[in-house]
Amino acid sequence: MSYESLVLFKLYLITAPLLFVVGIYAVITTRNIIAMIIGLEIMTKGVTILLAAAGYFNGKPQLVEPLIITMIVVEVVILMISAGYIINIVKKHNSLDVSNINKLKG
Amino acid sequence: MDLMYIHILLLGLIISFSVIAAVNTRIIKAAILLAFISLLTTLVLFLLKMPLAAIFELSVCAGLITVIFISVISLTNPLTREERAEEKTKMFKRVVFLPVIVLVCGAAFYMLEKSVDFIPVVSDAVSVSAETGMWNTRQIDLAGQIIIILTGVFGVIALFKDNKDDGGGK
Repeated sequence: MSYESLVLFKLYLITAPLLFVVGIYAVITTRNIIAMIIGLEIMTKGVTILLAAAGYFNGKPQLVEPLIITMIVVEVVILMISAGYIINIVKKHNSLDVSNINKLKG
Repeated sequence: MDLMYIHILLLGLIISFSVIAAVNTRIIKAAILLAFISLLTTLVLFLLKMPLAAIFELSVCAGLITVIFISVISLTNPLTREERAEEKTKMFKRVVFLPVIVLVCGAAFYMLEKSVDFIPVVSDAVSVSAETGMWNTRQIDLAGQIIIILTGVFGVIALFKDNKDDGGGK
């Protein structure tokens, strides 16, 4: 059992940073603002999986559960604000390309 | 041992879907793939004995976030033909590079974790329920969540405020 759980633990330790790397790649290789937010979501999934694995393999999943719920709430709020910004940006610049958004003037 | 194969299958599917979502030029497909990733994360959380977090993940991440994404995509203009052709040429580069990066990083993380000698203590029975933990030991977290939700609400109100001085109002 302990060997099996060690293998699983290592598997989670490999998968979660890989998801984070995929998310970073998605953010830096695109100029579409919605695709960037999707990359950010993929990074968050990696963090969720790492937190869950940390709680499970320490024998205290009930302590990590509220932390994951808090993270999900933060994720949704960030997405809501981003959605508002995206709609305003498209109204103003008529484009989703971030390279067109070069004016900070109100 | 069978359970281990289920873990491996779920994690493999999550990585594959995230790679496809990252290289996809069609945003709507990427958003739907993200919903699938959330669904698989829910299953992983169930396997890791976190049912409350799994329910949150399913209802909020796979449900609400997908709805928000699809609403935003439908409210914004689709790409023009030229933009789509340009994106497709870029996609080929991404399709080539991302699997290579994933393989290299996976190998690097594997090498790094060879030295890990931590013996996991897997919990068979949960002594304190997550609800008790949340209400009794994580009150500050709850206060933080309330503040964050209020911040989001006021942020959205401020963003969608009809500013008549700016000429945007009707």
